Amino acid sequence: MNVHRYERWWLTFGIAMLVIFLAIIGFAAFADHINPPTGMRQIDPTKVSQTPPFDKPGLRKLGDGSYEAYYVAKVFNFDPAILTVPTGAKVTFYVTSADVVHGFFIPNTDINMMVIPGWVNVESHTFTRPGEYLLICHEYCGIGHQNMFGKIEVRS
Amino acid sequence: MSLSERAENRVVIAHLYTATAAIALGAIFGVFQGFARTGVFGAPGWFDYYRVLTLHGVLMALVFTTFFITGLALFVTYKSIERTRSLGVAWFGWLLMLVGTAMAAVTILKGDATVLYTFYAPLKASPWFYIGATLLVLGTWVVAFELFENINYFRRENPGAPVPLVVFCTGATFVMWIVATLGIVAEMALLIPWAFGWTSGINVMLTRMFFWYFGHPLVYFWIMGAYIIWYNIIPTRYTGNVFSDALTRLTFVMLILLSTPVGIHHEFMDPGISSVWKMLHTITTYGVAIPSFITAFAIFASFELAAIKRGKKGFIATVSSLPWNDATFSGAALGMLLFILGGFGGLVNASYSMDTVVHNTIWIVGHFHVTVGGPVALTFLGAAYWMIPRLTGRALWKPEWALFQTRLWFFGMLIMSLSMHFAGLMGAPRRTAEVGYLGAATANAWQPLMLLAAAGGFFLFLSILTFVAVAVGTLVNNKPEVYEKVVFATPAEGAGPTPWALQHLYSWGALALILAVLAYAGPLGELLRHPGFLAPGMRTW
Repeated sequence: MNVHRYERWWLTFGIAMLVIFLAIIGFAAFADHINPPTGMRQIDPTKVSQTPPFDKPGLRKLGDGSYEAYYVAKVFNFDPAILTVPTGAKVTFYVTSADVVHGFFIPNTDINMMVIPGWVNVESHTFTRPGEYLLICHEYCGIGHQNMFGKIEVRS
Repeated sequence: MSLSERAENRVVIAHLYTATAAIALGAIFGVFQGFARTGVFGAPGWFDYYRVLTLHGVLMALVFTTFFITGLALFVTYKSIERTRSLGVAWFGWLLMLVGTAMAAVTILKGDATVLYTFYAPLKASPWFYIGATLLVLGTWVVAFELFENINYFRRENPGAPVPLVVFCTGATFVMWIVATLGIVAEMALLIPWAFGWTSGINVMLTRMFFWYFGHPLVYFWIMGAYIIWYNIIPTRYTGNVFSDALTRLTFVMLILLSTPVGIHHEFMDPGISSVWKMLHTITTYGVAIPSFITAFAIFASFELAAIKRGKKGFIATVSSLPWNDATFSGAALGMLLFILGGFGGLVNASYSMDTVVHNTIWIVGHFHVTVGGPVALTFLGAAYWMIPRLTGRALWKPEWALFQTRLWFFGMLIMSLSMHFAGLMGAPRRTAEVGYLGAATANAWQPLMLLAAAGGFFLFLSILTFVAVAVGTLVNNKPEVYEKVVFATPAEGAGPTPWALQHLYSWGALALILAVLAYAGPLGELLRHPGFLAPGMRTW
C-alpha cells in the first residue's frame, strides 16, 4: 500500500502526540498517584442505615490529623448536608447510595465520583483554601435532582 | 426514473423522513431545556424538564441518527449494486424500528420512562420502554441483513472484484454496529425481566458496563456515517476524488476493530473497576483517534488535489476554490471545523485522571454537541439536501435556505457548545433542571454562560426548522427535475489495486469481537467475582 510522504509525517506526528499524552498521564498515575476514584468495598444498598459506619454519617478525625467523611446519598439529599473542616485538612470521602445512582462532585476540587448503590466510592482532597464549597449531585437521580446539593465549609 | 428504482427510493425516503420527524421533535424539546436551565425564564407548571430531556436525548441521539444511517446505508446499497430485488426485508426493518420508537416515545410521553437516554439502573422505567428500544435495535439488524445480503450478491456476481468503496465503508459501519449492539441486547436481557418484576434486583455495575460497551461504539456508528459521506459523496461536490482507496478501507477496518474495546472511559469515576482496566481503556481510546487522523489528512489532500487540477495552488487558493455555497459541501465542511473542537475535547475526556475535571459537567454536553451535533448531524443534513432530490425526482425547494441553515447551525453550535465547555470547567453539572443552587457563589459564576448557551440553542432550533421546511417543501411543493444516475466519488488516478486484506469485512468483524472480549474480560471478570448486592430499583420521578 502506497502512503504519501506527507501523510507518513502527519501520522508520525499524530501518534507521537498520543504517546506523549499517554506518558504524561502514566507518569501522573504511577509516580504521583493521580488516579480516578476506584472504591472496591461493597455494601447492601437496602441496609445502608444499619451498616457501620454509614449508620452514623459524618466526619471522623484520624490519629494522623487527617479526616474521614462518611456520606450517604439518597433522593434528594446528602447526609451530612453540611460538613465543616479546618483549612489544610486532608479529607477522605467515603460515599454510598441508599437508592439510585447519584453523583458526588465538589467543583474546584479533585472530588468527582459516581455513587453506585451496592458500592462505596472513595476519594481524598486537601482543602488548602478557606471558603464555602458546593457539593453537587451531578448524575440525574429523579424529579428533585436539582435540589440535591450540600456544602463544605472550610474554616481557618 | 424506472418503476423499480422508484420503489427502492420509497424505502430510503421512509427512513430519511422518519429521521427528519425525529430531529424536528428533538429540536422543540431541546430549545425548551436551554431556556429552562438559565433560570431566568419561569418554566410553566406542567413543564417536566427531565421528561423533555429524555425525549430530546432519545430522539436526537438514538432515533434521528439511527434512521438517517439506515436510510443512507440503503441509499448506498441500491445506488451501487444494481439488481432486481424485493424490498420486503428493508420495509420490515423500517417498520420494526418505527414500532420500537413509537413504543419508547409513548412510554416517555406518559411519564413512565423519565430515565434519560442512558436509562441507568436502578431507575426503573416501564418494561415497554426497554422493549421499544430493543425493537429499534433489532430493526437495524434487519437493515444490516439487507445490506450484507446485497454485498454477498455482488461478490457472487463479480468473483474476485473488491466491493465498491462506498459499499465497503457502509458494510464496515454495520459490521461494527452488530458487534457493538451485542452489549445493549445483553443489558436488555437483564433490564426487561427486572422491569416486569420477574427478578427482584439488578446488578447496577453490570448494566453500566454493558451499556458503555455499546455506548461508545454508538458514537463511532454516527461518526462512520459521517465519514461515509465525507469520503464518498463530498468530493463529487467539487469534482474531486477519494484521496486513496486503500487508506479509506484501512480507516474503516480500524474503526471496526477499535471502536468497541474503549467503553470504560465513560466509567472512570465509577467504583468497582480497577485502575488497571481504566488505564487500559484510556490507551485503546487513544488508538481510535488514529483513523480520524488518517481521515483528516485524506479529506484535506482530496481538497488540495482537486484545486491543483483546476490550476490553483496554495492554502488560500485551495480553500477559496471549494464550493462553499453548496449546502451539501457547506454542511460537511463546517461540521469538520466543529470536529476539530470535538477531537481536542474527546482526548481530554478519555485521559483517565484528567476526566476528573470534566466528568458529568456540562463540558461533556458541549463535547457531544460538537461531535454528534456538529460534524455528524450537520453532515447528515447537508447530505439529505443531495439525496432527497435524487430520491424524489424533485429539485430542492429553496436551496438558499438550505445553505443558510448550515451556516446558522455552525454559529449556533459554536456559541452553545463553547459556553457549555467553559461552564463545565467552572463546575456546572449536566442533566440538571436548575443550576442556581440558591445563589451559591460558584453557581453565580456560570449563570451568564447558561444564557449564552440558550441563545446558541435557539439558533440551532431555527436552523432545524429551516431544514424541516426545505425537506418537506421539496417533497410536497417543488417541480420535477431529472437527475443523472447517482455516482459516488472514485479514487484518484494512479491508485494501486485494493490489498487483499482490505477486501474482507466479516473476518474483521470477528477479530473485532475477539478484541472486545479481550478488553472486557478483565473488568467484567472482576465484577462477576464481586457479585455483591442487587439493587431493587425504583421510580424516583
